[in-house]
Amino acid sequence: MNDLLWLIPGLPFAGAVILILTGTRLPRKFVPWIGAGSVGLSALITLFVGFDFLTASPTVQSFQQVLWNWVDVAGFSAGIAFHLDALSLVFIFVITFVGFLIHLYSSEFMIDDEGYARFFTYLNLFVGSMLILVLADNLLLLYFGWEGVGLCSYLLIGFWYLDEKNGYAARKAFIITRVGDTAMAIGLFMIFKTFNTINIAGIQEQAPQMWAIGSSEATLIALLLLGGAVGKSAQLPLQSWLPDAMAGPSPVSALIHAATMVTAGVYLIARTHVIFELAPTALFIVGVVGSLTLLIAGFSALTQYDLKRVLAYSTISQIGYMFLALGVGAWSSAIFHFMIHAFFKALLFLAAGAVIMALHHEHDMFKMGGLKKKLPVIYWTFLIGAASLAALPLVTAGFYSKDQILWLSWAGEKGNGWFFFAALAGAFITAIYTFRMVFLTFFGEAKSHVSRVPGSMITIPLIVLAILSTVGGFIELPHSFGHVQLITDFLNPVLPLTSIRPGIESTEWVIQLAAAALSVGGVFLAYFLYVLRPSLPGQIKNSIPQLHNFLLSGWRFDSLYNWIFVNPFVWLAAINKNDLLDWPYNGLVKVAYFFHRILSFTQSGILRWYLIGIVAGAILILTLGIWL
Amino acid sequence: MAMILPGFIVTLMLGGILSWIAAKQNLLYARWISLLTLLTNFIAAIIIWIQNINSSSSSSWLLDFSVPWIPRFGISFHLALDGLSLLMLLLTFFLGTLAVLISWKEIQSRVGLYHFCLLWVLAGITGVFLTMDLFLLYFFWEVMLIPMFFLIIIWGHENRRYAAYKFFIFTQASGLLMLLSILGLYFVHGNQTGIYSFDYFQLLGTEFAPHIARWLMLGFLAAFIVKLPVVPFHTWLPDAHSEAPTAGSLILAGLLLKTGAYGLLRFIVPLFKDAAMDIAPWAMAIGVFGILYGALLAFSQTDLKRLVAYTSVSHMGFIMLGVFSFNELAAQGVVMQMITHGISTGALFIIAGFIYERIHTRDIRQMGGIWKKMPFLGATALVFAMASLGLPGLGNFVAEILTLVGAWQATHKFTILATLGLVAATIYSLRILQKVFYGTPSNSLELTDLSLREKMIMSVLVISILWLGLFPQPVLNTSKESVKAMLKSVSNTEATAIPLIIPGEVFSSSEKGGNHE
Repeated sequence: MNDLLWLIPGLPFAGAVILILTGTRLPRKFVPWIGAGSVGLSALITLFVGFDFLTASPTVQSFQQVLWNWVDVAGFSAGIAFHLDALSLVFIFVITFVGFLIHLYSSEFMIDDEGYARFFTYLNLFVGSMLILVLADNLLLLYFGWEGVGLCSYLLIGFWYLDEKNGYAARKAFIITRVGDTAMAIGLFMIFKTFNTINIAGIQEQAPQMWAIGSSEATLIALLLLGGAVGKSAQLPLQSWLPDAMAGPSPVSALIHAATMVTAGVYLIARTHVIFELAPTALFIVGVVGSLTLLIAGFSALTQYDLKRVLAYSTISQIGYMFLALGVGAWSSAIFHFMIHAFFKALLFLAAGAVIMALHHEHDMFKMGGLKKKLPVIYWTFLIGAASLAALPLVTAGFYSKDQILWLSWAGEKGNGWFFFAALAGAFITAIYTFRMVFLTFFGEAKSHVSRVPGSMITIPLIVLAILSTVGGFIELPHSFGHVQLITDFLNPVLPLTSIRPGIESTEWVIQLAAAALSVGGVFLAYFLYVLRPSLPGQIKNSIPQLHNFLLSGWRFDSLYNWIFVNPFVWLAAINKNDLLDWPYNGLVKVAYFFHRILSFTQSGILRWYLIGIVAGAILILTLGIWL
Repeated sequence: MAMILPGFIVTLMLGGILSWIAAKQNLLYARWISLLTLLTNFIAAIIIWIQNINSSSSSSWLLDFSVPWIPRFGISFHLALDGLSLLMLLLTFFLGTLAVLISWKEIQSRVGLYHFCLLWVLAGITGVFLTMDLFLLYFFWEVMLIPMFFLIIIWGHENRRYAAYKFFIFTQASGLLMLLSILGLYFVHGNQTGIYSFDYFQLLGTEFAPHIARWLMLGFLAAFIVKLPVVPFHTWLPDAHSEAPTAGSLILAGLLLKTGAYGLLRFIVPLFKDAAMDIAPWAMAIGVFGILYGALLAFSQTDLKRLVAYTSVSHMGFIMLGVFSFNELAAQGVVMQMITHGISTGALFIIAGFIYERIHTRDIRQMGGIWKKMPFLGATALVFAMASLGLPGLGNFVAEILTLVGAWQATHKFTILATLGLVAATIYSLRILQKVFYGTPSNSLELTDLSLREKMIMSVLVISILWLGLFPQPVLNTSKESVKAMLKSVSNTEATAIPLIIPGEVFSSSEKGGNHE
């Protein structure tokens, strides 16, 4: 089965190629068979390969497959070569399975769209690129997938290209993430110069010998990689593209937020954890970025009207949790939360998409309401996803994954009170905005008419994801009850365990209790505000309009960047449109032309002037002759 | 076998004359003759490539042809082929073939003369890529200039006279400086050794007093960086590109600019190694400035062809950066950049040409929503916009990453700035897509998607750029020995004493360069 590894990213690409070549000639009903089918096959092969990997002898820690030598110049060598270990296995599992469910959903969701085949082409490229990213055995191939993901997000966000606004959002996503990519590229140059290789395993081997802990070079490289990660993962300060990325169709949002794209940064840092461990400062900054982002995005989510925008901010915030986990060295907790988050966030986006479709493209939650009865399947699955996002205790998967991060941000060796309180506050805010969303959308009076009831291709993925969002958590239970550590043990060969500050174990249940209380409290607060006293939120909003607008606009990052970067660039481009550097040459032409005019003036055709000229010249020469 | 080298040039020249004559009978004859001439050359070049692809010969030279021409002055008709020139020939004949194909419908007046000019430009370019005699180099330099001038001034757009003269004067003036340097080199070498010769191999390793070396090098440099072009000598390019007919733009961007890059690698680096290393920080500085300046200007243009022209200015900055980093990685990046830029920018000009044929404007403010009506063209434009922003998987990425990784070994500051150029490239490339292809179709003009001939042209280009992006190694292997040989002449002498990587030195002198800009 080892030899089949290349098919996992290969099949989605093959599907895309078939769709491109057949184009619009392919009958509509075959399109999803190729689009979703190829990803489904890829998911099946993942199962086989995964099974093979798990049953392989414990000495085998990775599968390798080299397809061909991509670039090899003067020691800079990169193959199209894959490397499968526990970390990438978790990622490809989530990518192919959640990706397949999203494809399935899209086959119904997009059925009336003119660009049906184009949509599946992009979707397949997206999944394929992400798989390349997580399977790459060298940084250049990783960068290949990294940029491919960026391109596909651009194409999919701007999928409905007739509207200029979508194009703007798409470009914003691509350009902002590319800023991060630039940092990462420079990191790659530095890595090659230091290690003379860009093979990930080689770097991991050499780094501890090359650098002492805290080495400035390691820190710089780690920070540059972090630059790439914050771009793709929409973390501070490059987070502002994600809320606008809602311009794409809902399945795209699900794919970007759950299975692909935004988790790439988490993967990158986990993958290069050796470098980060040698650079404690950089690792600390990862934690700071995570905790700030989770709060900032959480506050913004409280104020949004657009259902999908709430979810977008919640993604930024949840990825913030993952960064926080990475920052305290809780590697496997970050990956665990990534997996659970992929389930419930895909579920929430797909369900939100179904709601929006049913209500005829209505995005505003304040114009929804009362959908509980009309769309029962959507309601129940959305509720399960929301409960998981809000981390309601015991019954949801989100509780277990988030609880682990909370615990380690406090108890972990690199944890501290600030990180912990940020995470705790974030958990409270999450519960409020999540259930604000649930109550506004599904409770109260119906304000919009349901025009279309979703069919089975939409409900089946929702149900599957709802199940995963619940039972997925049981593979990793805390010490205080159960104590199951499937993920941590599984990832242990790749990602080191987190050491805990001594003598702190006994406080674990306190923290769990606090987290549980806050999340339940948040739900009740949301119930109070949006069901019991629906007029109260409006009053609060009116009493602090500036703060409300500030949060609504995502802390005005857009205005800030427009002011610092966009406007000066546009201004400079506009004033220099005609290329100032052409002026000297034009000046030269003007001077030449001036003399040309003067000289041609003397050639007047009037005989008298010529005579005068001849005489004057003769006199001049004679005079000179006499004088000299 | 070596006879094939003059054969390439003679075939093109004869083909040109034949086309001209045949056009009097039937216009189609002219087109077919040109097409077959180029295809013959292309196939011949491919055969040479296949034969030599696995050669393990230690010499970088594959073929050599030499006959005396004016022995009195030491001028010989000396042509030679190595991996680098072979790649350049392949590119020349490939783009030449496409140039004939895209002119099939576009050019309807003076068809015979047109094909004559086209093939003679290509003959001149082929000569430049093959010549090993500096006098001959100057000769071919002129041969490619004059027919190009006619291509612009006869078949160009509205403002063609201005553009053609500007192109001519810039190239001619800088070419004359090169002639002076060639003569200077000839005499310096003659005085030293008693052998008066224009032969490249004779002149290699000539010892100069530093100030003489600098002046002689600057003469060559002038010709090459005007051709490349490097900011601030680039201003002929947007005019010439935007006014030339489509095939003219294709050849200008794809090939003529490459003669400048080729000259840097072939002549400046081996002949004037020390002098070139002295100015390296300055050269890299203007290269990087060009990357950013070109990108900024590309962003502000409203004329589609002018926009693409400025993207060339930006991309050629990478060549300056790479050449003057003086290491194999960067130099291989430069070779890749020459090829991939030729294809990708050529393709963008062809796309602009296709649009112009349909709506008769190059003004992007009057475009928009073209994807809806011409999805095939839209998809190919997407590929080449991505190529120009350096997306992995497409050839340009390989070129840029190799250049940057190599440049990092020589200079950090300039490499960082050049890497920022990738963001700038993203901004202008996406703007092309948005303004031209996305949005709602603004006019009710009938736009028909590409014809079969047009589709074939674009498919071939897409396949080539993908192939170069995914399997660049055959190309890199071909140029490997040549690049090594050219750089070896650098490291042979004092270069080992003056290491290539002296961050301190490069930085300290580059500071001046930075401030200057």
